[in-house]
Amino acid sequence: MPGDASALQLVLSADPALMGIVWLSLGVSLAAVGLATIVGLPIGALLALTRFPGRNACIVVLNALMGLPPVVVGLAVYLLLSRSGPLGSWGLLFTPKAMVIAQAILVTPIIAALARQTLEDLWVEYRDELAAMNVGPVGRISTLIWDARFSLVTALLAGFGRAAAEVGAVIIVGGNIDGFTRTMTTAIALETSKGDLPLAIGLGIVLIAIVVAVNALAWGVRRTGERFAG
Amino acid sequence: MHTRRTLIALAALAAFATATPALAQEKSIVVSSTTSTQDSGLFGHILPMFKAKTGIDVKVVSQGTGQALDTGRRGDADVVFVHAKSQEEKFVADGFGVKRSPVMYNDFVLIGPKNDPAGAKGKDIVAGLKAIKDKSAPFISRGDRSGTHSAELALWKTAGIDIAKDKGAWYKEIGQGMGAALNTASASNSYVLTDRGTWLSFKNRGDLDIVVEGDNKLFNQYGVILVSPEKHKHVKKEFGQAFIDWLISAEGQKAITDYKINGQQLFFANATAPGA
Amino acid sequence: MAVRAPSSDLPIALENASVSVGALTILDRISLAFSPGTPTVLIGPNGSGKTTLIRLAMGLIEPTSGRITFGGRERVPPLRRAIVFQRPAMLRRSAAANIAYAMAAAGIDRARRPGRIEELLALVGLTGFGERPARRLSGGEQQRLALARALARDPEVLFLDEPTASLDPAATKAVEDVVQAVVARGIKVVMSTHDLGEARRLAGDIVLMHRGRVIESTTAAEFFSTPKTQEARRFVAGELLV
Ligand SMILES: Nc1ncnc2c1ncn2[C@@H]1O[C@H](COP(=O)(O)OP(=O)(O)OP(=O)(O)O)[C@@H](O)[C@H]1O
Ligand SMILES: [Mg+2]
Repeated sequence: MPGDASALQLVLSADPALMGIVWLSLGVSLAAVGLATIVGLPIGALLALTRFPGRNACIVVLNALMGLPPVVVGLAVYLLLSRSGPLGSWGLLFTPKAMVIAQAILVTPIIAALARQTLEDLWVEYRDELAAMNVGPVGRISTLIWDARFSLVTALLAGFGRAAAEVGAVIIVGGNIDGFTRTMTTAIALETSKGDLPLAIGLGIVLIAIVVAVNALAWGVRRTGERFAG
Repeated sequence: MHTRRTLIALAALAAFATATPALAQEKSIVVSSTTSTQDSGLFGHILPMFKAKTGIDVKVVSQGTGQALDTGRRGDADVVFVHAKSQEEKFVADGFGVKRSPVMYNDFVLIGPKNDPAGAKGKDIVAGLKAIKDKSAPFISRGDRSGTHSAELALWKTAGIDIAKDKGAWYKEIGQGMGAALNTASASNSYVLTDRGTWLSFKNRGDLDIVVEGDNKLFNQYGVILVSPEKHKHVKKEFGQAFIDWLISAEGQKAITDYKINGQQLFFANATAPGA
Repeated sequence: MAVRAPSSDLPIALENASVSVGALTILDRISLAFSPGTPTVLIGPNGSGKTTLIRLAMGLIEPTSGRITFGGRERVPPLRRAIVFQRPAMLRRSAAANIAYAMAAAGIDRARRPGRIEELLALVGLTGFGERPARRLSGGEQQRLALARALARDPEVLFLDEPTASLDPAATKAVEDVVQAVVARGIKVVMSTHDLGEARRLAGDIVLMHRGRVIESTTAAEFFSTPKTQEARRFVAGELLV
């Protein structure tokens, strides 16, 4: 198939436009995961470590938010960032930052919910020891996060997978602008609409390969780390 | 504590990844346009020339005509470049745009299976659509309120068919863009109305071919409008106006005329044609 | 003997302290004091409340009624108390890092830590185990590491909940030696055990518990020579107290 060959050629020749798309996809997804981690990890930790009325309801809601429809999030962020919206003056619509924000919103519940589970399991083990060592709330949370870091990698990977594979939100808030906000997924959507299915599939294979590579890297880090930390 | 270092690293990563693209953003405008101009490759051909001359980056967001105008109305684009004359005139009349300038036209073509079950080939568009309806031959409509969709609805009306009432199982509205409509038609051997540019650059044709073309009623005029800087203060009016001026200048018009796919001209520059 | 800061946690005094969970009374109106000096050993059958009493005295739980004071003050954070739980949890770090963590939590100067860690590992017979992941150590090794970790905090009072229950005779001997060394340094030890021999070897005072109540609280010498209550007599005679 000619399309297959061209997609493969694009990859092999490290076509600059394709590389730009790949880097943008990676950058946006990683930044979204980074942002979501900063927000989601403390939320997960707080839910894991504290008991308050309505906590169970919070956990149910958080778990449900893992399934947030990307298009809805995209639309909400679009309306928020649009020049006619409340944050319009930031001028972020149709920029990679808008894509990062939308994806971070999608990924935050995933990281928070998975982190809560992981941290709560460890917290059950650590609670008495940390209390006996007179470790305060901040110390408790940071110790749990640090000691669970290799298990938390799984939560981050789940978030990264969601971000990298997502198209509905980024195409709305990014606009799929050539050379500026075009990611792997929006490029695939575009090539599909142009009827260039082989190229779309070729790009899809590249995307899958990248996701697999990131996972393999994280897995390796996790295994090595666990060997030393126990 | 290690954890703090990790968090700082994550924050730095987030900041870096979001900050870098902003550097390249300086001299640029956002143009909301239709899928047809984008998918046909026209922008890929003309924008580098404009950039070389002016240094202005044109960022194209391609949407359906209705959505593209709405993007302009919300102030999320500096320039709109669409093909729906009456809607464009209303956009300007409502104060959202400064002035509409005609740029070019392309034409629609009726696509259908090579064996032409409705027998529409060789007819004009009115007779062709009637034949499809009479034979209940499968037809894919975009159904997304895009410029092409509006044009299609207008053509049914011209053919004396009230499609809202007369549509049957043979008439499918998919609510998606031109590419998706062509993919669907290709997969189900249906008739479909498309702009010529998208058709020429469309690769997944299957058993489809052009059935009706060249009818005057199939001509499709494009206009370009600067979003009103009075309505939206941040509109980059110098850069936007420069783009519009270039499009309707002799140089821009020639660039449009020169764009060809497989030797076929796609767009016909007509900025100076009266009443366009 | 180390000079203690003026505000000592000792004596730890319980006055009519009860702990109940719902309708269940786990500790029933206990009045008792842990004072500086020789170790106090808690004995009694399973479920008699030893662990709960230790957690109360450590300050990990509060009495549901009655009162507990540390050197005359209430609700004193466990800065100068340390504990080895019946089933200690190891942090997901190396053995040495577990000890270092306890030191950091106790605010011990970073520069002082490495040498002290080696000392403590040697003390509990874990020389050379420092870099091993703590969770991969055997049960007995973990028990001893937990002891080292508790000592790392330089406590004034050390609670040990059945510290030798899962140890072989050699390791038991090692832990008992550590306890004696700790006592010699003036640290108050409060421990529980099911091993009467161990109680005889280590105890200064004995507290016999049964069904959430203190049956007898006296010196070890008196307890073993002239037990006052019937339960104590049966316990010392080696009968099964149920
Ligand atoms: N949080 C709790 N909820 C309900 N019951 C509890 C709780 N904590 C302890 N108990 C019960 O209180 C009783 C005393 O428990 P504790 O652990 O203090 O006994 P122990 O003397 O240490 O026993 P062992 O020798 O088995 O370690 C037991 O019957 C136990 O089941
Ligand atoms: Mg116990």
